[in-house]
Amino acid sequence: MAATEAQKMELNKHFVVGVFDDEDTLADAITFVKEKGIKIHEVFTPYPIHGLEHKLGYKHSWLPTAAFLFGATGTTLALIMQIGMLGVDWPMIIGGKPFIAVPDFIPVTFEMTVLLAAFGMVGSFLVSQDMKPHKVPRIFDRRATDDKFIMAIDLAENTLGEEQLKEVLKEAGTEEGTEEHPAIFRKDFTDEENNPSFIGYVRKLFSEGVLANDTSRPVKS
Amino acid sequence: MQIVSQVREPLITGKRTLHDITDDISSRVEEKPSKAWILAFLLSLALLGAGGVFLGDMLWNGIGRWGLNRTVQWAWDITNFVWWVGIGHAGTLISAVLLLFRQKWRTAINRAAEAMTIFAVICAAVWPVIHMGRPWLVYWPLPLPNTFGSLWVNFNSPLLWDVFAISTYFSVSLVFWYIGLIPDFATIRDRAVGKWGRLIYGALSFGWIGGARSWVHYESVALILAGLSTPLVLSVHTIVSFDFATSVIPGWHTTIFPPYFVAGAIFSGFAMVLTLMLITRKVYRLQHYITLEHIELMNIIIIVTGSIVGIAYITEFFMAWYSGVEYEQFAFVNRMTGDYWWAYWAMMTCNVISPQLFWIKKIRTSLVATFVLSIIVNIGMWFERFVIIVTSLHHDYLPSSWAYFTPTWWDIMCYVFTFGLFFTLFFLFAKFFPVINMAEVKTAWKNSNQDVYKHNKTIEDPNNVI
Repeated sequence: MAATEAQKMELNKHFVVGVFDDEDTLADAITFVKEKGIKIHEVFTPYPIHGLEHKLGYKHSWLPTAAFLFGATGTTLALIMQIGMLGVDWPMIIGGKPFIAVPDFIPVTFEMTVLLAAFGMVGSFLVSQDMKPHKVPRIFDRRATDDKFIMAIDLAENTLGEEQLKEVLKEAGTEEGTEEHPAIFRKDFTDEENNPSFIGYVRKLFSEGVLANDTSRPVKS
Repeated sequence: MQIVSQVREPLITGKRTLHDITDDISSRVEEKPSKAWILAFLLSLALLGAGGVFLGDMLWNGIGRWGLNRTVQWAWDITNFVWWVGIGHAGTLISAVLLLFRQKWRTAINRAAEAMTIFAVICAAVWPVIHMGRPWLVYWPLPLPNTFGSLWVNFNSPLLWDVFAISTYFSVSLVFWYIGLIPDFATIRDRAVGKWGRLIYGALSFGWIGGARSWVHYESVALILAGLSTPLVLSVHTIVSFDFATSVIPGWHTTIFPPYFVAGAIFSGFAMVLTLMLITRKVYRLQHYITLEHIELMNIIIIVTGSIVGIAYITEFFMAWYSGVEYEQFAFVNRMTGDYWWAYWAMMTCNVISPQLFWIKKIRTSLVATFVLSIIVNIGMWFERFVIIVTSLHHDYLPSSWAYFTPTWWDIMCYVFTFGLFFTLFFLFAKFFPVINMAEVKTAWKNSNQDVYKHNKTIEDPNNVI
């Protein structure tokens, strides 16, 4: 089914969110929801859960390949540097060894391989996941970094309506929920929240402070 | 499907829930500093300052302030360097090697151990820099173009390999540590009730929200970093040992040095982790996360590496005799019975005899005994480096130039300076960073808590991932 222009405009804005309190319930819920033909936007968990990526149909990470390529670059650069400096540019007899004493070049070559592989891979990770100090994250439920497992379903991606989706999530086994923190709720994001400016975020934070309903720390009784 | 081992102890006790884990660790960051912390922090700042006065004086007047002489031209400086680098091996070993071996008990101790690694490497790096005498020329060992001089650096020299090894080790360990911190910073950001906490921990967390897509990448980054760090951690102390092993000084010129130094590094590193963790555990009441099981497992690693070190000491003696080289034989007999016999026997007692006490179950599960022995091991490891370095130098080839090394106040206070630096950094870490990796401990929670173990429950594992 091809999405119309109007539907595309609404993408990434209106969500139905389900809160689960157990990793296994969440894993079963993903299968359950997908069997109903519902597209899951993303799940958010406080820790990595192995096997979840298979259920969600995510591919393996390409970062090991990046690490290998960066590492190979490091090896090459290190060898070129050492051979170029001591073998070509300014050959010198040191301890009666040949100018290009390959065994002596191995330690530096190894270290540079590791250095470039590690930094290249971590850099690729941060850039590809858009992680940076001035990132303003778009958060569905702050308890996703504490003890809850959150499933977000984009309304514009699915044909089912809000009430029907809530029904499915309930059947999938969301937690009990409370008055203050319902287990299933609708979450809307404005254009500004989807493309936030860091300056605006800091300004708002300092004028309003942290709102009472915007923290995962339980209110002291 | 899989039945959980009935032999192993649970890793998380005290019926903690996921939320309790977050609470127990995060509230240490959120609460106001306690009086004890302020006192301890001021004390380490005092050590830093007092040592700093002597260090500054020494930089102004030159390293003649140290007790070095023309025969013993390396002593406490390089001893302290190797000692600190050695201590800096446990963190990466715990987080990388134990991750590859899927040892879940690492999760509670890897954060603090890695922090300790980074701080120890910083303390180690102080020594070669100040030993240069002109630390403002610290960039000279870098392979910079000819305009700085007429020559390139010498890639045949193990001292240059050291520059590359230590700086790579430091930066990769730092990145590995930081990647592990990101989800926990996000937890603290989301719990923040103040705007500064939200802003600072928000910036530190790099906008992490824990989406499953990000976790897939995150897990593979952690795994590959572990795979890279494992040979790296072994290479660093190997290269440090090359500083000695590639020379032609009797007592240094031995091929056993690389494995022997690496085992010694892990030995002293675990001892330092235990010293620090036992204090942190007590002060922060972390006994549900760092259980006796954790302490016992670390003590077992101390027995293994301590025994390797003991065998290496004996092998050195055997090889000195077996080689038939009289200089080598003299160096080793001189170690045992010469002017520095007391240092040799301090080393043998602390490193070879004392860790063997851990064969007794009562001792390796006793907190007091573990704490005392962990300090004894580190004293012993300091003496090991001192014995290797000074006794091999002080009686050289010409009896007319034989000499004795006595430390001056500058030797002692520069060492105190690095202690001040280490503890200042560690106390700052313990207050402002989560001391236990919450996200990783939570991964172990479901199948390693008290309920599962006590009832020998069967856990569903259709994807065979446990």
